[in-house]
Amino acid sequence: MFERFWVMFIARNREFFRDRAGFGWNILFPFLLVAGFGVIFGAKEPSLYKIGVYPVSGPAPAIHHLDLPARFLHTRYLKFVGFQNLEAGMDKLRHHRIDFLVRAGQPPYPFWVSDTNPKGYLVERIFKASLVNDRDTADAVIKKQIQGRNIRYIDWLFPGILGMNMMFSALWGVGYVVVRYRKTGVLKRLMVTPLTAFEYLSAQLVSRLFIMIFSVCVVWIGCNLIFRFQVHGSYVSLFVIFLAGSLALSALGLLLASRGTSEEFVSGVLNFIAWPMMFLSEVWFSLEGAPAWVKAVARLFPLTHLLKAVRRIMNDGATLIDVGPELIILLLFAGVFLTVGAILFSWNR
Amino acid sequence: MTAILEVKHLVKQYGKNRAVDGISFAIEAGTCFGLLGPNGAGKTTTIEMIEKVIVPDGGEILYKGRPRSSGFLEEVGIQFQETELLAFLTVRETLHTFGRLYQNAMDVDEAMALCDLTEVASQQNDNISGGQRQRLWLALALINQPDLLFLDEPSTGLDPNARLDLWQVIDTIKQQGRTIVLTTHYMEEAEKLCDEIAIMHKGRIIARDTPKKLISTYFNGITVTLPVDGLTKDMEKQYTVRRKTDGHMEIETNDANACLARLMDSGVDLTDISIRTPNLEDVFIHLTGKRLSPNSGQGPDQNKKKV
Ligand SMILES: Nc1ncnc2c1ncn2[C@@H]1O[C@H](COP(=O)(O)OP(=O)(O)OP(=O)(O)O)[C@@H](O)[C@H]1O
Ligand SMILES: [Mg+2]
Repeated sequence: MFERFWVMFIARNREFFRDRAGFGWNILFPFLLVAGFGVIFGAKEPSLYKIGVYPVSGPAPAIHHLDLPARFLHTRYLKFVGFQNLEAGMDKLRHHRIDFLVRAGQPPYPFWVSDTNPKGYLVERIFKASLVNDRDTADAVIKKQIQGRNIRYIDWLFPGILGMNMMFSALWGVGYVVVRYRKTGVLKRLMVTPLTAFEYLSAQLVSRLFIMIFSVCVVWIGCNLIFRFQVHGSYVSLFVIFLAGSLALSALGLLLASRGTSEEFVSGVLNFIAWPMMFLSEVWFSLEGAPAWVKAVARLFPLTHLLKAVRRIMNDGATLIDVGPELIILLLFAGVFLTVGAILFSWNR
Repeated sequence: MTAILEVKHLVKQYGKNRAVDGISFAIEAGTCFGLLGPNGAGKTTTIEMIEKVIVPDGGEILYKGRPRSSGFLEEVGIQFQETELLAFLTVRETLHTFGRLYQNAMDVDEAMALCDLTEVASQQNDNISGGQRQRLWLALALINQPDLLFLDEPSTGLDPNARLDLWQVIDTIKQQGRTIVLTTHYMEEAEKLCDEIAIMHKGRIIARDTPKKLISTYFNGITVTLPVDGLTKDMEKQYTVRRKTDGHMEIETNDANACLARLMDSGVDLTDISIRTPNLEDVFIHLTGKRLSPNSGQGPDQNKKKV
């Protein structure tokens, strides 16, 4: 029995590593994503609002050449874009390419905002506030800076991208492959050997686990050379959580592929699951403040729990015991998906 | 008589279409059993039910006198009509992988030598030629040294030489005392390899015997073929005459000499005449009303003699 499992495990691994294109993509894709986001967000402070200024000759005017209140010009997170005349600026404003348009020169400053753009509203407030003296407000507020760890965006984003990549790898690497093999009759050929469904499925699962952990390690080491991640928890805990997450995600792939011979159909189903999972699992942005039902749906996805645990370990230095609930949920997911998938599994239909 | 396989009242229904309609047969150990029939007759459905791929809607299947146990798949070798193989493996690795799924596997090199695959051993299993692929499938069916071998159209897509080689391999397997169940559309192949033949039509077995007996049951004597315009009214009354579409007709007779003498008397031009003994193809067409493959039975045929 172990022999048959092992043979299938080896065959699947060979297939993965020999499929150069697929293999390369599996490693390269997360790497490119992380590198891309590193360049966009990592290097300097992000600018949140875009301010159009006219009349200016060049598109990227130097701040000290603009004839606007200095306190406005030196507000952080603003990016200034120059326009030759009002029309050029209005066009961009109408298409939400900029949030605010103002004429440089002497006060009063004419400015334009779009009433459908919330950012424009905020910039208007900032602009007006910058015209008032600080001393007038000093008595009304007390400023206190947060003390503590500064979590870089990239340290928060990286686990998300890794997790998302694992999800795609698990769903397509297991689900799509099994359906394709069913369609082309490979499973039918295996069916008439002594190989059992359990042996076959566990070989697919373990092989995918092995491949996913391998890619995670390669991508992690590669990206770490560039970004020097700050990991506050232990690598062992991270490994355990990634393993449990891979297991749950691959089991989901097996479940979705337990029946059916249409690649188009399974591809649709995989997309239907993968996209909401990607957006609701806090890969890109936090769901803080989202409606309760959205958070409830998010909890149905294994990726949500995986990312939560990984971020807590990496960013907050949590231990395995701290993330115990997530670990248990992931294992439960894996157990349920596997059992149902094995019951539903068919070799040829 | 020891039947290695016995099938009783096997039924498979697809919607309104009864693909297999209560067929029964038994196969003796060590023989080659041929299942013939036009496209859609139910051959593949029948053997796939025996192979445990399709669940029958009725009937009973006994292997070595008992219902098929879990060990059944260890002892049978199967070649499907069309399946693909695990991707990115070489021919040798494919055989090795499949071999390790069985307890009693054959040596991979031996299997490759038997099926003439040694040359392509280290090629990927998806970029070998169609004929080589067919041989790889045969090798996979043989890898567990099966007692019972199912071959679904093993010679489809092979060139004439490759087909002769395949017959050689099947002969060797027969000599080792293994039982073979074979479907084919080549009458010559069935006549040559099979000890017993069942002709299926619309889900039923309509004839079953040794090839020789099948022919002698439905045809006796010889067939004379000649151009239509050569025949007199007188002759037409005396013999069973079948008109063929190509401007020829066939006369069936027990006494070749008398028939030919009469034809000569009536002044028929003998240049375009041919005489042959009936073959399985005639039986097949007679029973199913269809010609199996466009080229078998025409062209140079051993049974056909030019006079
Ligand atoms: N999965 C299926 N669903 C519905 N009908 C089917 C199915 N498989 C086969 N059939 C029908 O059952 C009948 C028998 O098919 P089968 O494949 O057994 O024929 P066959 O004798 O092997 O033909 P061929 O010589 O073309 O291989 C056909 O009419 C076919 O259309
Ligand atoms: Mg068939």
